[in-house]
Amino acid sequence: MGEDPRDKSSIQPGRSAVIAPGHTFATVTDKISSIVLTRRTPLFWFVPFLIASGLLMVFLAAVGYLFARGVGIWGIRVPVMWGWAITNFVWWIGIGHAGTLISAILLLLRQSWRNSINRFAEAMTLFAVACAGMFPLLHLGRPWLFYWLFPYPNSMGVQPQFRSPLVWDVFAVSTYATVSAMFWFVGLIPDLATLRDRARNRWARATYGILAMGWRGAASHWQKYETASLLLAGLATPLVLSVHTVVSFDFTVAIVPGWHSTIFPPYFVAGAIYSGFAMVLVLAIPLRAMYGLEDLITMRHLDNMAKVMLATGQIVAYSYLFEAFIAWYSGNTYEMFAIWNRMTGPYAPTYWLLIFCNLVFPQLLWLKKIRTNIVWLFVMSLDVLLGMWLERYVIVVVSLHRDFLPSSWGIYSPTIWDVATFVGTIGLFFFLFFLFIRSMPMISIFEVRTLLPQAEVTEGIEK
Amino acid sequence: MKTPVYGLMAEFENPTALAAAARQVREKGYRVVEAYSPFAIEEVNEALGLHHNRLPLIVLCGGIIGGLSGYLMQYYLAVIDFPINIAGRPLHSWPSFIIITFELTILFSALATVLGLLGLCGLPMPYHPVFNVPRFALASRDRFFLCIEARDPLFDRHDTAEFLSSLHPREVSEVAH
Repeated sequence: MGEDPRDKSSIQPGRSAVIAPGHTFATVTDKISSIVLTRRTPLFWFVPFLIASGLLMVFLAAVGYLFARGVGIWGIRVPVMWGWAITNFVWWIGIGHAGTLISAILLLLRQSWRNSINRFAEAMTLFAVACAGMFPLLHLGRPWLFYWLFPYPNSMGVQPQFRSPLVWDVFAVSTYATVSAMFWFVGLIPDLATLRDRARNRWARATYGILAMGWRGAASHWQKYETASLLLAGLATPLVLSVHTVVSFDFTVAIVPGWHSTIFPPYFVAGAIYSGFAMVLVLAIPLRAMYGLEDLITMRHLDNMAKVMLATGQIVAYSYLFEAFIAWYSGNTYEMFAIWNRMTGPYAPTYWLLIFCNLVFPQLLWLKKIRTNIVWLFVMSLDVLLGMWLERYVIVVVSLHRDFLPSSWGIYSPTIWDVATFVGTIGLFFFLFFLFIRSMPMISIFEVRTLLPQAEVTEGIEK
Repeated sequence: MKTPVYGLMAEFENPTALAAAARQVREKGYRVVEAYSPFAIEEVNEALGLHHNRLPLIVLCGGIIGGLSGYLMQYYLAVIDFPINIAGRPLHSWPSFIIITFELTILFSALATVLGLLGLCGLPMPYHPVFNVPRFALASRDRFFLCIEARDPLFDRHDTAEFLSSLHPREVSEVAH
């Protein structure tokens, strides 16, 4: 901890500052809001947006075909009925967790450096959860009956089975999506008021005005607002830990060798934050270069995020080692076989690539030179994203394809529609993300203002 | 009774000036005073005597309602409405109900936080007189305002304006209704 938000001595020798010197309330406001309020949409926005839109079309095509033909278009066959769909679900929802960690947990820990990255990280959470939610829904087989997952009075006289982790998951993920959206929107209100007051275009002013709901920055409102932020952070913190715990219950409550393990909840949460920070870096590194935000998202931010990645990466590495140790130490034939099959079975290359991506390569993050080199960091983040996807693939597919009875063994391979659906959600994610950075302030303006030395009241106030 | 103006507003350059002015206004005896700033300033809240708010209580109530409704819903559905006997296992298997109870506690608390915040702040508010001051648009950028409302018993259009001017603001303006 140690970084008090009131402590403005962020300019320490040898460490780059949280915010570059020379900024005032007016300059940070104008700089961040002008990205949204400009009439011109830059070319570097259009090109990725068009690519993302193209991928979104791929997604719509894949989903359309799925609606017409059913989930059989995917490679899921007995015994591997979860395949890429659940792999992608866990991957996306894990990515979302970093946004909540930055916005909620780092707020409670008074890490003021988070103020300039929390907004777009939270947006990333929302869009990642939207992508994640697609997979279990599409995987239902009859996605249009998704509302059967919720308890409601119905003419069939049937209700959900509350002893099933899959039903817990429905509640956990939908609560997470709702709470994240509310947290994000509450955080936006003061900035929407700023946009309302600065917009010259009538239509923009009316839109932001409606969204800002008449926020006027009154002290009595700010006081309640600060309480609300802290309360939401306090609620989101256990929530985010519970969500990936519940996701891990989807696996651990089953008795499949390789799944039935008490280490899963903390191991999943650490992995989620690991991949989430990698995604935040993948987004932040190009964004700050494109929009010239190096003075607001400084090397200090990148360095700190790399350190979080390193720390969670070590937890993940420890979990891998312990998973193997427990399998051996348990003396259970099936557990031992499951691990041995991961290492030497038909999917062994995936396992070893995963070990390289998640465990070996990220050790370079110990070096400050790597952590402060944006090209290396970017490559490292992509590597972690790949590694964490492989981890879920190994957990889902490799555990399922060899269970207790050799007679039920099988081999799984994805089809072109698995690939199209997955790549399509990446398109959906970036489509939403680019719309967000064009229409909303991607950095929290009012929170960045509090980072400025001028924000401090210098004279003592009698109590 | 409708007063001729909503109040008098002074504009300040920085949070220190606003906090000092807020303290002096309170010392002078004004009570219906509001400060406007581009970010939260703890010292201003203190100067204006803003200590308590009911939001945590609202959130606690929301959480309790959420937790109870989550648990009771599961109890009702799994035990009374739709009991399934699986190998004689207990219908009221409470450990497996905890997770949804927890999630609904969080959900209802968060909803109570957001709705409570909007309710206590009186938002959405489509019209408010302070926006009639043209320079007030800067309250969301880099300026700090202090408004003594006409409802204050000590309010006097002339004297209050003079008093506000003595606090070295950048400008004092009347806020029309």
